[in-house]
Amino acid sequence: MTPFPWLSALILLPLVGATALMLMPRDDDRAVRVWATVFAAAELALSLPLWWRLDLGDPGFQLVEKRDWIPALGASYHLGVDGISSLLVLLTTLLTLLAVVGAFRAVDKRTREFYALLLALEAGMIGTFLSLDLLLFYLFWEAMLIPMYLLIGAWGGGRRIYAAIKFFLFTMAGSVLMLVAILWLYFLNRSATGVATFDLEAFYQLPIAPAAQVWLFLAFAVAFAIKVPMFPFHTWLPDAHVEAPTAGSVILAAILLKMGTYGFVRFAIPLFPTASATFTPWIVVLALIGIWYGAVVAMVQPDLKKLVAYSSVSHLGFVMLGLYAMNPQGYAGAMLQMLNHGISTGALFLLVGVIYERRHTRLIADFGGLWKPLPVYASVFMVVMLSSIGLPGTNGFVGEFLVLLGAFRTQPWWAAAAAVGVILSAVYMLWMFQRVMFGPVTRPENERLTDLTFRERLVFAPLLALIVWMGVMPQPFLDRMQPSLDRALGLARARAEMSAEWVAPSATPSGVTLPPAAADRAAAGPAAAGPAAAATASAAPGGTP
Amino acid sequence: MNLPLLWIIPALPIAAVALNLLVGDRLGRRGIAWLACGAVGLAFLAAVRAALTLAALPEGERQVVETAYTWMRVGDFSIQVAFLLDPLSTVMALVVTGVGFLIHVYSVGYMAHDPSYRRFFLYLNLFMFAMLTLVLADNLLLMFVGWEGVGLCSYLLIGFWYERPSAAEAGKKAFIVNRIGDFGVILGMLMLFTYGGSLQYERLFAMAPHVFALGGGLITGAMLLMFLGATGKSAQLPLYTWLPDAMEGPTPVSALIHAATMVTAGVYLVARCHVLFELAPVALQTVAVIGAATALFAATIGIAQNDIKRVLAYSTVSQLGYMFLACGVGAFGAAIFHLMTHAFFKALLFLGAGSVIHALSDEQDLRRMGGLASRLPWTHATMLTATLAISGIPPFAGFFSKDEILHGAFASGHHVIWLVGLIGAALTAFYMFRLYVLCFRGPSRVTPEAAHHLHESPPTMIVPLVVLAALSVVGGWVGLPLLAGGHPFERWLAPSVESAAGAHGEAAAHAMSAGGAWLLMALSVAVALAGIALAVRAYLQDPEIAGRLRERLRVVHAVVFHKYWVDEIYDALVVSPIYRLSRWLWRVWDVKVVDGTVNGVGFTFEGVSAVLRLFQTGFVGTYALIFTIGVAVLLYHFLRG
Repeated sequence: MTPFPWLSALILLPLVGATALMLMPRDDDRAVRVWATVFAAAELALSLPLWWRLDLGDPGFQLVEKRDWIPALGASYHLGVDGISSLLVLLTTLLTLLAVVGAFRAVDKRTREFYALLLALEAGMIGTFLSLDLLLFYLFWEAMLIPMYLLIGAWGGGRRIYAAIKFFLFTMAGSVLMLVAILWLYFLNRSATGVATFDLEAFYQLPIAPAAQVWLFLAFAVAFAIKVPMFPFHTWLPDAHVEAPTAGSVILAAILLKMGTYGFVRFAIPLFPTASATFTPWIVVLALIGIWYGAVVAMVQPDLKKLVAYSSVSHLGFVMLGLYAMNPQGYAGAMLQMLNHGISTGALFLLVGVIYERRHTRLIADFGGLWKPLPVYASVFMVVMLSSIGLPGTNGFVGEFLVLLGAFRTQPWWAAAAAVGVILSAVYMLWMFQRVMFGPVTRPENERLTDLTFRERLVFAPLLALIVWMGVMPQPFLDRMQPSLDRALGLARARAEMSAEWVAPSATPSGVTLPPAAADRAAAGPAAAGPAAAATASAAPGGTP
Repeated sequence: MNLPLLWIIPALPIAAVALNLLVGDRLGRRGIAWLACGAVGLAFLAAVRAALTLAALPEGERQVVETAYTWMRVGDFSIQVAFLLDPLSTVMALVVTGVGFLIHVYSVGYMAHDPSYRRFFLYLNLFMFAMLTLVLADNLLLMFVGWEGVGLCSYLLIGFWYERPSAAEAGKKAFIVNRIGDFGVILGMLMLFTYGGSLQYERLFAMAPHVFALGGGLITGAMLLMFLGATGKSAQLPLYTWLPDAMEGPTPVSALIHAATMVTAGVYLVARCHVLFELAPVALQTVAVIGAATALFAATIGIAQNDIKRVLAYSTVSQLGYMFLACGVGAFGAAIFHLMTHAFFKALLFLGAGSVIHALSDEQDLRRMGGLASRLPWTHATMLTATLAISGIPPFAGFFSKDEILHGAFASGHHVIWLVGLIGAALTAFYMFRLYVLCFRGPSRVTPEAAHHLHESPPTMIVPLVVLAALSVVGGWVGLPLLAGGHPFERWLAPSVESAAGAHGEAAAHAMSAGGAWLLMALSVAVALAGIALAVRAYLQDPEIAGRLRERLRVVHAVVFHKYWVDEIYDALVVSPIYRLSRWLWRVWDVKVVDGTVNGVGFTFEGVSAVLRLFQTGFVGTYALIFTIGVAVLLYHFLRG
């Protein structure tokens, strides 16, 4: 008897839910909300075993499922979970449930379609995290775009079409490059081993010429950097967030952005470590610019959602910095920051949504003195804000400190530059909080607002609990992610060494500038490298110790 | 022993916070008051018990570590949630819980009519938790939890009356200025861990002399960064500007956080890390210079302020300067001694000021006080005690600690710093007696309606005043050279703060002749008396003098009255440029340049995408189908080619 296909069930259940919702009568919003909640909750319950069933002694992939998918291409339906993806899947299922419940009041047109799309999106996100076959990964990665695009385009604000198209084009532009790179990898592998496969584990074993790595890495990295988003690819984010409905913003910020950083951890860095090391100075500088720039620009935003959006650019800069420290503390800090950002920024968007539902404005200038009519709301906001600015005792601090420690040990000035972000985040957050919450109530329509309802309190309770739990006792989370992060790091190091010892079988002067497909056709991998590759390899020390 | 010795101390106030959050709305005012004061009172008893336990140990073994759990462990980086009891943390815990308890009791009366009673005690208990974590932590990172935690509570309590825009502004300013300092602490910790190998005190201090060269760049840099944090938290130059504004908070908060406990955290940090500072003489010298400069600078501003709480705020900045001065010249024991006596008399001064403000229906301007001695007898008597104590008149507490600091500075050869301290002492006596005279003596300048409601404070407020007054008298006696075989306080503290350099300073001190020591003592008393005499003469006997002086020294008066325009300078040099840069980056750079470029490309694609959109039905299935066909075509192309 085969074991229960847990991971497939995780992907299928939301799809079943989405289908079921579409079969329901069109105008029964109440029933739609109830059933959407039931499915999202069931999905969360189904994902919870990932927390305790994960074998901490095994850094590799677990609960693996592997079946033929498109045998002609060697593509397989290959799923697996490790310490990295399990936490991200848990984050996804939790935040989807909260987004579903949080949207009860906000969405009243085409409710059925809205929730169906949200659940479809969940399936896509989970599939992306669980795929171990690159073609399958790419399928989910792209599939995810559609529901998000529709959520923004159909339920968004005034400029929703512009924002939706912008979101789609940006992401698409990166994805196309990635697809080409995936195909190139496929052919490299086939010519090296004779096996046609898109399997990630196979690619992990594949030696790749340093010169080819540069192009492959760039293609993957651009796709992921847009998603992160790294400066200067970030401009789609403020627009998408401002126009998206609350639930869309929550998912976008909490989960979709993590796809980018996850892509670096899972694919870009371990597959192409030599190229990754070559580009480290660039990426780190962009991450640092992101930290500063996002914070400074967030400071002067008149719109709450834009402020949170730009703060994401700053926070994700920390994640990228942690990854490129390339040491255990940096990796763990980055991974923790991914979860932290999901929790705190997800909560921030939910909080902005709460006030938007009541006042139909998000402009800071329209508020002031909200603490008086909304003490519970303001207190929750305060705790979330403290998590976002990394106050010790909250989750944000643990992640931020580990990132800084990792960065410092690799290159002290990186940490020094990034630590300025600690000051800046306090500036933009506290100033916003002061203008929204403190002072006298400046507008009569704000005097009689209703405080958080029972349903809303239920939404925020788990987030607040996580903020404190992960701040006070982060070790259970660290214990889960570390073996897999160590494996990813070790893989990157080993592969970098492999590339450093790269010897071109035959010295073809084909050079590094060949376009991917041509390079592939010309020599398929090893031979394509040539002397130029050896030069690159010697110029770039393999991996940062 | 059944009860845990250490973690129970911070656990009590945080438990009260949790209870207050959960059932506070059902407790009523009395219940909340009992809960909050009870928790802190018990924490004080727990601290006493811990102190007795420690005192029972032989002198060389007075160090107890209690580990709760592993906070984080990544690779070779591991941090425990662990608490340390040694002579230094014992003193700190006793001062924090003791003075804290008295101020909690005082607040019961002071805040009696405030609608946000529950929130006030919630924050106050949270503060006690953070402060106790700070002083009892066994490693720098856990200390930092308390460090930023007290900063948070300070922010919340300064902005307690959040409807007042000035209060909200002051709270934010305090937090941000402190964060600038915390930036230093974070980087300092990163350096200490990376090069020193640990953040746990004992291991770090044991390792440091072996890994850091004496006076080396790394340790100097790390300690200067740590000291940057101390200047933020303890309101020293150049990061002191938040503290005077912090007076927007309720007066018990000013007494507890902005006088007795939180602002001394920087001094505690320097004393705690004295082993490291002694490895970095340049950093230590900086501490001394900054401390002395701040002591003098803030004292001059204190002379010309009219708000009773602001005078006290600048006085606090100045007195903290003395503590850093002491640390900087190696007299760490004297610094902690002054920290303790200052906690007594400055808390008393603030609480007394609060009693005056309370009696005058929230009047804080010294120009509308006067002649209150007979109307507020208890407040007057206790305030006078504290004023004498801070002025350094024997046998009050401040005399002993301040004298020891000046003595330490002189004996260790820092003669200029000693002189600055001496001038500061004269100024201290002057501005404190100016405050005293303007408030309690002379003719009444109280407004009629305030005079109508004038009343002495209730017992919950008076009792803490009396206790603190008693401590302001006898608190210094533990430092009497003659008592119990010579300076019991310093001997108690010695294992925590003494080291090679300290012993060296000690030797130098002893090398000074007894006659010299007496001379120094007489000198500091003399300048204090001179300051008092001048203040009494200029503000009581012949008020004309003050006016004439002000006239003659118009420029000087304008400079100190406007606090050297430091806030305005910071605003022009730092705050506005950053704000303008932010706006430009957003409006021009982000929207026009970055986004514009991308959109230029985007519009080209828009036509294409309009067509493409027809294929997007929204069904993943259709999409996957089209996608698969696409891939197949691509593959066909590749395979054929």
